[in-house]
Amino acid sequence: MAGIKLNTLRKIYAGNVEAVKGISIDIQDGEFIVLVGPSGCGKSTLLRMVAGLETITDGELFIGDRLVNNVEPADRDIAMVFQNYALYPHMSVYNNLAYGLKNRNIPKDEIEKRVRKAAEILEIGDFLDRKPRQLSGGQRQRVAMGRAIVREPAAFLFDEPLSNLDAKLRVQMRMEIKKLQKELGTTSLYVTHDQLEAMTLADRLVVLSGGEVEQIGSPIDVYEKPASTFVATFIGSPAMNLLPLTKQGSDWKLDNGATVDVKLNTDLSDLILGVRPEDLVIEELSEKFDTGLHTALTVNVVEPVGAESYVHGTIGEGSVDVVVRAPGKLHFEPGQILKVTAKPEKLHTFDTKTGKRIEVQGALEAA
Amino acid sequence: MSIYKHGLQLTPGGHFTDTYKQVLTEAGGFTKSVTGLTMLWNSLILGLGFAIGKIVISMLAAYAIVYFRFPLGTFFFWIIFSTLLLPLEVRILPSYEIVQGLGMANTYTGLIVPLIASATGTFYFRQFFKSVPDELVEAARIDGAGPLKFFIDILVPLSKTMIAAIFIIMFVFGWNQYLWPTLITTDESLFTLVRGMKQILQVWIGAQIPDTNQAMALAVLAMLPPVLIVVIFQSWFVKGLVESEK
Repeated sequence: MAGIKLNTLRKIYAGNVEAVKGISIDIQDGEFIVLVGPSGCGKSTLLRMVAGLETITDGELFIGDRLVNNVEPADRDIAMVFQNYALYPHMSVYNNLAYGLKNRNIPKDEIEKRVRKAAEILEIGDFLDRKPRQLSGGQRQRVAMGRAIVREPAAFLFDEPLSNLDAKLRVQMRMEIKKLQKELGTTSLYVTHDQLEAMTLADRLVVLSGGEVEQIGSPIDVYEKPASTFVATFIGSPAMNLLPLTKQGSDWKLDNGATVDVKLNTDLSDLILGVRPEDLVIEELSEKFDTGLHTALTVNVVEPVGAESYVHGTIGEGSVDVVVRAPGKLHFEPGQILKVTAKPEKLHTFDTKTGKRIEVQGALEAA
Repeated sequence: MSIYKHGLQLTPGGHFTDTYKQVLTEAGGFTKSVTGLTMLWNSLILGLGFAIGKIVISMLAAYAIVYFRFPLGTFFFWIIFSTLLLPLEVRILPSYEIVQGLGMANTYTGLIVPLIASATGTFYFRQFFKSVPDELVEAARIDGAGPLKFFIDILVPLSKTMIAAIFIIMFVFGWNQYLWPTLITTDESLFTLVRGMKQILQVWIGAQIPDTNQAMALAVLAMLPPVLIVVIFQSWFVKGLVESEK
């Protein structure tokens, strides 16, 4: 077991396309790191560079203390789980697990021992003689994980391993992967585009966009203090509401004229105000306070999901869609006008030009 | 004799076993040194040599084309491919010249090797290899399988049905070769069945009447093995051409 150190890794494809623009991450031994971002953000390329399936254009990659830039994938002491499992179709489950070990000239009885142990952990002992095509999607996924486990590698690399499973199975396997990783204590690097998967699995999240790191942090940190508008809208569902905020005199005002009572330490006069749907509360349901955000919202569409309802509406002319997370038992009509509020410590502000976060003063202390 | 009086008959005549026995065991031809069994044997060698040789060569060629990057690889593939598309008849004189010059006339090697490169086979295997998912190659790389191991442990077993299909096509193709063996063999002990049949019918000199019964028996013998192979392997054959196991 070992940590992984990425030092300004860059990948430039033929035609001068820069897919990964100098990414540095220091992964501790036993840590579960999730790389998350929209498609084309370079997360898979980065993982494949760590695996050795893509060459590294520039930068350094250490697994443990060893520089592995030019080491073959088989010799990097890693194991990878692929999205479509990539099991050998003509081999039995047992041979699928054993193949990598055979190639390493590990003695037969040791192979047998490791395969049995992995099969027991993953509860696939009954299928060892079957061919992959005789297994269900979830079982194939387990076999793919088993192939990684028997190697006893320094690190697991997961490339969207749950994307091919149905929703229910995905939730179940997600929990199993997390449990398994904690039990084995193996350093893991996991790629996904699903922010929920990322939040639930990660010790630390790495949010990527356009080949660059947007933010690294624990899931809660990233959720509560997004470093940019990109992270703010990417992490969390429904996404954070973003509204233009302008300085008029000494007051900060929204487009509909509502004053936002918030202390900001900035020279800029145009900002973006961010507020999460669950932080936007209907006034009658909330305690009274004067600071923060108070505005009227015209209801357009209501999405009931059971325990709660997502109320979509607008604040004034030409406003963007604003979402409020309301208790599910309440009833709303389109056209209805609601008064909604948010406490100052629940507000986020971002630079309009760069999208970078500007800290609301006193936010954390108050929370 | 009855064929000349009554035309072709559907049912076997009175000398069924006699004729086959004669054809298979009695030496015929000019030198009286070649029997039907020898010819059957020669045909078998030619058929199997063709089929196995073509499969090995075209698999290796396709493997190189699909999995290895070399300069102008695609260009060379299409050059080779287009030359091989020309039928044997077009390039038969230069081919004969070369084989003769190498002293391979009247040998099994001379019969088989010059025709062993197969555009069809290479193309089929190339298409099949291209349909093998990249992740499988990557998984094998991480599992420590080098190029040779990957070929033997993964690709060959995956191509099983494809190999069967190509085997049938090429076996029948080799078995039925006529022009090339006619050119390259003058030694009667290397005659194939198809060639021997013609020999019998060609003796219409003076009052001599060809042994039509023997020629017909040979024709049946020549048809049987390809038919058997196709019947036995047909399920594999269809599978190989229609589906790929994934």
